[in-house]
Amino acid sequence: MATAADRVPVAKTYKIYIDGKFPRTESGRYFALEDDDGATIANICRGSRKDFRNAVVAARNAFGGWSGTSAYLRGQILYRIAEMLEGRQEQFVAELVQQGLSKRKARNETEAAIDRLIYFAGWSDKYQQVFSSVNPVSSSHFNFSVLESTGVVSIIAPDESGLLGLVSNVAPAIVGGNTVVVLASEKLPLCAISFAEVLHSSDVPGGVVNILTGYRAELTGQFSSHMDVNAVIYCDADAEIAASIQQQAADNIKRVIARVDVDWNKTSAQHPYLIRDTQEVKTTWHPIGS
Amino acid sequence: MPDLNQVASVDEVGVNERVARFCSRSIKKDSKVEALKMVLSMIDLTTLEGQDTPGKVRQLCQKALHLHDAVPGLPHVAAVCVYPTMVGVARRALGDNDIGVASVATAFPSGMAPRQIKLEETRIAVAEGADEIDMVISRGAFLQGEYGFVFDEIAAIKEACGEAHLKVILETGELGTLDRVRRASVLAMHAGADFIKTSTGKIQRAARMPVTLVMLQAIRDYFYETGRMVGMKPAGGISNAKLAVHYLVMLRETLGSAWMTREWFRFGASSLANDVLMQIQKQATGVYQSADYFSKD
Repeated sequence: MATAADRVPVAKTYKIYIDGKFPRTESGRYFALEDDDGATIANICRGSRKDFRNAVVAARNAFGGWSGTSAYLRGQILYRIAEMLEGRQEQFVAELVQQGLSKRKARNETEAAIDRLIYFAGWSDKYQQVFSSVNPVSSSHFNFSVLESTGVVSIIAPDESGLLGLVSNVAPAIVGGNTVVVLASEKLPLCAISFAEVLHSSDVPGGVVNILTGYRAELTGQFSSHMDVNAVIYCDADAEIAASIQQQAADNIKRVIARVDVDWNKTSAQHPYLIRDTQEVKTTWHPIGS
Repeated sequence: MPDLNQVASVDEVGVNERVARFCSRSIKKDSKVEALKMVLSMIDLTTLEGQDTPGKVRQLCQKALHLHDAVPGLPHVAAVCVYPTMVGVARRALGDNDIGVASVATAFPSGMAPRQIKLEETRIAVAEGADEIDMVISRGAFLQGEYGFVFDEIAAIKEACGEAHLKVILETGELGTLDRVRRASVLAMHAGADFIKTSTGKIQRAARMPVTLVMLQAIRDYFYETGRMVGMKPAGGISNAKLAVHYLVMLRETLGSAWMTREWFRFGASSLANDVLMQIQKQATGVYQSADYFSKD
C-alpha cells in the first residue's frame, strides 16, 4: 500500500462555467497562472468571444425562468450558496493563499464573501418595498412605480479581489432576477471557478450565472457590444477603456454601471443600491373609481 | 416494388465518424455568408401547431416575404409549410411570389387514418393551392413488415398530388435503426417520392445528422441506379446556423453541388431563419445580435 509520501496529488483542471456545465474554452487556448516565484499554479482557460456568445445564449434562455421565480425562492437559493461556501472555506482560503494572499487576508476574504451572500439573500424580498413607490399625481389615478429585472447582465469582475469582488457583483444582480455572464479576475481566477462549483451545488439553475476566465483586454469589447446584453457592469477600468465600453454599450442602449476603486473588503461596499443598479422602473397609471 | 431484403445494412460507427468529419470543416468569412444565404433560401418556414390561426399564418407569410429588410440582397425562403386548412390563407398571403406553399397531409403527424381520408385530404390541400405535399408514412405498418402496404400508400398519394411535389416523411425517430431508415428511404423513392424528409418535428428524436447522411446516401445510390434525382429535407431540431452549415457540408460532400439548391434540398424549421439572420448581421457588423431586433417567427 502506498504511503502518504508516495502519493501523487491530483491537480484540478480549471474550466469555465456555461449553462450549468463546465466546458473547456471552445478556442482550446490556455494561459499559465504563476505564483510569485514564477512556478505554474494552474492552466487557466483563455475564454474567447464564442465562449461569451454561448454564455449569453445560456443566460438569455435562463432569464425567463429565473426572473419569474419568487423573491422568497431567490433568497433561499442565495442562502444556499452561502451554506455551500461555508462548508468549503478551506479550499477557498488555500486557493487565495496559493495566489499570494496571506493566510489571514485569505480567511477574511472568504468569510466576507459568505457574509455578503447572506446580506443580499436578506434583501431578496425587501428591495422591492424600499425602491418601489406610490406617486402623487394630479388626476384620478393610482400611480405606482415598481422594479423589474433588467435582463442579461455582463460583469467584468474586479481584478484585485478574486472571490469577494466576484461575489459582491454577482449576488446583487442575481438576487434581483437578472442572469449574468461574468469575466473573472485575470490575475486571481482560481476562486471564480471553484465558486462556480459552489453555485452548481446550490440549486442555482443552469445559465443564471456563467463564469468565464480570460484576458480582459480581449473580452471587454465583447462584453460591452453584444446586442443581447441589457446591462454591463465594469470594475476597475481606466478612463480610455471606460470610454470605449460606454461607446459600444450605446449601440443597444445598455445600462452601463461603473464600479471603480471600490474596496470590496469594507462593509460600506455592500448596499441595496447595487441591486437597484440592474433594475428597471415600471410606472403604472391605474384609474380610480368604479 | 424493390426487395428491401436486398438493401445493404448500414455501418453505424462509420456513419457517426463520417458525420464528425463534416462538423470539423472550417467555414469562415465570405464562404460563411454565402452558406448562410443558401441556408435561408432552402428554409421551409413552418408552423404546425394546433393553435395556428389565419392571423398567425399570414404573419408567417409576411416573414417569408420580408425576412429582414434591413439587410439588402437576402434571398427569400423556399416555402411556407402549414396544415391543409391554412393552405388557402397562405396562398393568398403570398400572392404571385415564387415562394411555395407546402402542406402536411395524410393525418399528420401520426398518419393514423384510413387511406380514403388521406387521399381526400391530399386532394383538398392541392386544390387549395399547395405546391408541395408533406405526407407521413404509416410507421406501424412499416415496422410490421407490411412494405407493400406502405409502398402502395405512397404511390396512391403521389397520384393524388397531381402536379404538386410529394415529400415523404419517414419519421426516423420512430423507425429505431439506421437500417430501417435506409430501407424506408429506398421504399419511398421507388414509390415515387420527389423528396424524402426525416421527421414531423412532433416527437423528440427529430432530424439528426447521422440519419440525414444515411438518407443522402440512399438518394445517391438511387440516382446511380435510376438516373432520377430525389430531394432531401431534414426537419425538426435544426435551430441554429452553425448546425445548418454542417448539413450543407454533408450535402455537398455526399451528393455534390447539383443538389445544392432549394429545388433539391430543404430545411424544415421554425426558428432557424432568425438565427441565420442574426449570424449574417453579425458578419456585417462584427457585433453579436439579439432576437429583439428581428421579427418573430
